[in-house]
Amino acid sequence: MNDVKTPLFRLAKRDELGRGKVWAIRAGSIIVALILGCIPMLLTGNSPAEAYGVILQGSLSRPIYIKQTVKIAIPLLGCALAIAPCFKMRFWNIGAEGQITMGAVAATFFALNFAKTIPHVPLLAIMFISAAIFGGLWALIPAFFKAKWNTNETLFTLMMNYIAIGIVAYLQGGPWEGRKGSQLIPMFQDSARLPTVLGVHCGWIIVLLLVIAMYLYMNKTKQGFEIAVVGDSVNTARYAGMNVGWVIMRTMFISGAISGVVGFMIVSGANFTLYKGVANGVGFTSITVAWLSQLNSFAMIAISMMLAVLEKGANTLQTRLQVPASIADIITGILLFCMLASEFFINYRLIFRGREKKEVEA
Amino acid sequence: MTMIVTLIVAAVTFGTVLMFGTLGEILTEKSGNLNLGVEGIMYMGGAFGLAGAFYYEKAAGLEASGALAIIIAILSAFAAGMVASLIYSFITVTLRANQNVTGLALSIFGTGIGQFVGEFMRVSEGGYVALSNNLKDSFSQTIFPSFLVNIPVIGRILFSHTIFFYLAVILAILMHIFLTKTKRGLYLTAVGESPAVSDAAGINITRYKYLATVIGGGISAIGGMVYIMTTAGCVWNHEGLSGVGWLAVALVIFVMWRPLNAIWGSVLFGAMMIMYLRVSIPFIPTELYKILPYIVTVIVLVLTSMRNSRDKQPPASLGINYFREER
Repeated sequence: MNDVKTPLFRLAKRDELGRGKVWAIRAGSIIVALILGCIPMLLTGNSPAEAYGVILQGSLSRPIYIKQTVKIAIPLLGCALAIAPCFKMRFWNIGAEGQITMGAVAATFFALNFAKTIPHVPLLAIMFISAAIFGGLWALIPAFFKAKWNTNETLFTLMMNYIAIGIVAYLQGGPWEGRKGSQLIPMFQDSARLPTVLGVHCGWIIVLLLVIAMYLYMNKTKQGFEIAVVGDSVNTARYAGMNVGWVIMRTMFISGAISGVVGFMIVSGANFTLYKGVANGVGFTSITVAWLSQLNSFAMIAISMMLAVLEKGANTLQTRLQVPASIADIITGILLFCMLASEFFINYRLIFRGREKKEVEA
Repeated sequence: MTMIVTLIVAAVTFGTVLMFGTLGEILTEKSGNLNLGVEGIMYMGGAFGLAGAFYYEKAAGLEASGALAIIIAILSAFAAGMVASLIYSFITVTLRANQNVTGLALSIFGTGIGQFVGEFMRVSEGGYVALSNNLKDSFSQTIFPSFLVNIPVIGRILFSHTIFFYLAVILAILMHIFLTKTKRGLYLTAVGESPAVSDAAGINITRYKYLATVIGGGISAIGGMVYIMTTAGCVWNHEGLSGVGWLAVALVIFVMWRPLNAIWGSVLFGAMMIMYLRVSIPFIPTELYKILPYIVTVIVLVLTSMRNSRDKQPPASLGINYFREER
């Protein structure tokens, strides 16, 4: 039977694996990634155990560090929630960075112009809503062209990032500049700042509510179902009578709106001002969060905290051991690679030459 | 007149960076692989290219030769790009993961590595990492004798560029010949258009996809090196490099997957990238002027998607993995 030409192993689709096993494989891939992350540390002459220790110490060892870590995790989680429906729809929105920025612009507009005339809570509400609308509209532009002419959304949303950042750079040095020549927009007054709850701005409550809302939206509503169908097969969606273009535009508006709110939380809760680096890579890192958690809202909480620990800890690592902080990006990239690779072992199994017969007998 | 000449020369300098990025990605996409990791690949190319030249000079001391430094920089960048795209190929071709997400992961990973290497060199060398002026010149000066460069107008437009520009043009021509005139090139195109048919015809799909992606990644990485060694003045500068890789991906669409178009397309985009420095337009603030290339890219994307002629479309299987078992 063992023909020489039989390949060493071949692939076969696996039957559905148990849920526990699937998540065990995914957890295993994270561990593999953390082990691979030791390589750059070893190459720079540091002990990985010490380096990971410093990362954990720098992010979790004191209440103030934990607060700072949570502060990093809030926008990551919010933005991952925004990206999830797009990715579920196989719409590659990598423009969250720009949508955050435009939401922040809208919020800043009201913070700068109405902080004295409108009281605290209504002002925050207006900033929240305007940020959502502005972020949503910004996301709607590429969605419209995708729906109408199937324009490549990956590059379109990406270019919109640079345009949004350019607009802020212009506002910073032009119409919204505080002291002439400073290139800075003035700090927000207290009435335009988010209140703190348990030592962190209340954005964390907003994103946790969003987690539940997004879970329900994706799993229990008709719209969530439509998104899943469009993602699986555009043709199926068409045969079922769905207006695919409309689903794309609606989903992108929602996604952009959530990103816009994230932008509002960053300017009003963390920075208290607007500058061109307001999104600071959150739009990209949150792609990792969304994908690592398999677009599962609740898993995103853990993953966003994990990446926040990595980022906060990497800064400590840089000051303490002179390991460049970009180690966080490297480990994030490796995490994604391992997660993508692990899906292969979830979906397929390798059948080695000669093993098959035994399996049949058994 | 002098101003126009200066503008063209500056546009070519920046265009060369884009040309390498674009040519590499054209080769990759011809095989049906949409590698969105060009940004990361170019970062790695820039950091390792600089590292190669820097440590070569450190080892060779005063006897360091410019030509050898250039070759070492090209080879280190090329190798870095190959490793990066090998990761991409393994995950998408062998492990069949989604190309979009894998490309994004490579972008994050590659920019991280580039930054890490650039920063690490700065820290370990105690500050400033730069080549000596002698070597710098060999990267940024033309290879032609000065009497050619001194011909009025034409001299500077044709002969004043760095060696990398001429290499990029030669590469574009070679790639054009390869894709349209040779058997392997046509096979590669077939793989990108219809892997199932090519597979049935006995072409080794996996090998073509791997080779095209890995070599393409290497070529793109040279672009990052060229940026660091010419425009950035042989110093690690991640801010200037950021976004260049993405522009290269957009340029591939703009030039319709044709290497020869990449020559003028890159120079045109190069011109847009540096125009705000050279030509001021009244009433338009610099910061808004700087976003011009991105707006043009968006317009190009929209226009490309609106036109429907058959010969101006991407390879038919672009972005879709090939599973023989699911044929």
